[in-house]
Amino acid sequence: MSTKMQWVYTEKVKDHFVNPRNVLDDEDSFGADGTGMVGSMACGDQMLVAIKVRDGKIAECRWKTYGCASAIASTSMMSEMVTGMSLEAAYHITPKQITEALGGLPEHKFHCSVLGDKGLRAAIDDYLEKNGLENPFTKSVANIVCECVGVTDQAIEAAFKAGAVSYEAIQTATGAGTVCGKCREKTEAILEEMEHLYGKNHE
Amino acid sequence: MNSRFVYFDNNATTPLDPDVRERFIQALDLYGNPSSMHMFGRQAHEGVEWARGEVARLLGSLPEEILFTGGGSESNNTVLKSVLHPDFPRRKGKVITTAVEHPCILETAAFLKRFGVPVAILPVDSEGKIDMNRYVDELDDSVALVSVMLANNEIGTIQDIADIAKLAKQHGAYVHTDAVQGVGKIPVDVEELQVDYLTASAHKLYAPKGVGALYRRKGAPLFPLIHGGHQEKGLRAGTINGPSIIAFGCAAEKAGSLLDEEYIRLLRLRTKMRDGILASVPDVMINGHPEDVLPGTLDVSFFAAEGESILLSLDIEGIAVSTGSACATGSLEPSHVLMATGMDAELAHGSIRFSLGRFNTEEEVDYLLEKLPPIIERIRKMSTISRKEVHQ
Ligand code: FES
Repeated sequence: MSTKMQWVYTEKVKDHFVNPRNVLDDEDSFGADGTGMVGSMACGDQMLVAIKVRDGKIAECRWKTYGCASAIASTSMMSEMVTGMSLEAAYHITPKQITEALGGLPEHKFHCSVLGDKGLRAAIDDYLEKNGLENPFTKSVANIVCECVGVTDQAIEAAFKAGAVSYEAIQTATGAGTVCGKCREKTEAILEEMEHLYGKNHE
Repeated sequence: MNSRFVYFDNNATTPLDPDVRERFIQALDLYGNPSSMHMFGRQAHEGVEWARGEVARLLGSLPEEILFTGGGSESNNTVLKSVLHPDFPRRKGKVITTAVEHPCILETAAFLKRFGVPVAILPVDSEGKIDMNRYVDELDDSVALVSVMLANNEIGTIQDIADIAKLAKQHGAYVHTDAVQGVGKIPVDVEELQVDYLTASAHKLYAPKGVGALYRRKGAPLFPLIHGGHQEKGLRAGTINGPSIIAFGCAAEKAGSLLDEEYIRLLRLRTKMRDGILASVPDVMINGHPEDVLPGTLDVSFFAAEGESILLSLDIEGIAVSTGSACATGSLEPSHVLMATGMDAELAHGSIRFSLGRFNTEEEVDYLLEKLPPIIERIRKMSTISRKEVHQ
């Protein structure tokens, strides 16, 4: 039997897991310009992202994560990637880019990496809101889910956050799925992701 | 990579005992089909029958009451699915089982349900014991089979099978216990337990995988899951896995002779591990029953630290454990056993099972106690909830 067995994840994942970068040690003294909290403890993943913004760029990105090795490593990776990035570019960072930078994650661990970019977006949203600024990015990251009614994933997310936590409630709130019904599967997939991000009984 | 390897996952499977291994390798040369009448077959047959005697001895049964199967899951399936057979007394009568059973019982129970069998799943208390009042409420003369595990694989809680069986008998129901985690670790005697069926598995006893035993009390109804040849009295068709069964016999013999001494030794190691963790790591909870628990099973919930992160951090130090969170398998649901004890999902996600076995030593427990506290501290430092909720 070989004693040098491979770790479940790539060396890069291991490195970020064991030596995480930019962990938020002291929230109070960090003095964030924007913070975002996503995920739910009940699902086993929760994340806090705090950013400092200078000249439209992310000057510092700190985080805390309750989650598995993939979640920790992908947040750590993300925090390195976005430092120095313009708000716009940071807002558009995708889980795919993060996982690629990590050298890949097993497919069933992919959902563990979606929190990083969501947390970052939430932090940027928070920053813009606090400073009374328009959010110019939201639209560009929206995807049409229901073609018939023209409902985007963001509209579904907003409805979920407002309490529409079932498929039927989403239908009532947004109109998605009320014509041909072909978008049901996609909508339900988003719903599942939302449950993971914000908890099942989000209110 | 760490040079030390510590295996604390014996409830998942055990390493091969060197004596069993030797016997197994010898038995591989007994290639005759135990069902054949010639010398080669007879030799293999003899080995299988010797093993049957050893397994029977460990369980306090007669050799002819032991049936060899392909493993614990198969034994459990055979018993449960028997209630669908037209000749099973009270066919499609009610089946009672518990919320903390192994998936091979719960999934089979769900399968029976689809065939119109009424199934009652008993809840457990916070220490993992079944609710006896609920059990009595569910018991009536329509019950065909009661199936309750002897000892839980995750939290180690031991059920009061003899009491459960006594009550079932008053209603003429048959009783099965999945004793896979109990056999060889605690005294198991089918007469004392008063069960009609009992499941055991070889690979939890330091023998190879892929072989199990099913005790069936003489006269208790049983119908084959696998039809074919007349092996195992027509109750389990398929060429008999001679070498593995012989290894199983050897493992049973050894487990029986070491039972008392190993029980004491493992309990001591478990106590040391438990006390050591409690003394060096704040905010932990020990799961399972405080007394009626397997000597080598210690299940611990760590607040604010997620299970897979702990598991992988220990793995880096060469220590193998398992987690009560299913995150590692891609599911977001934590262990059904921990949830059944009423634990919060949050806490269940931070649970680790340490399961000790024959080859674990005191030094290994010391090693764990040295490595674990800084790991938990490191993970908690990164955790979103290490801030307010925990250290107070
Ligand atoms: S695509 Fe949504 S109803 Fe047709």
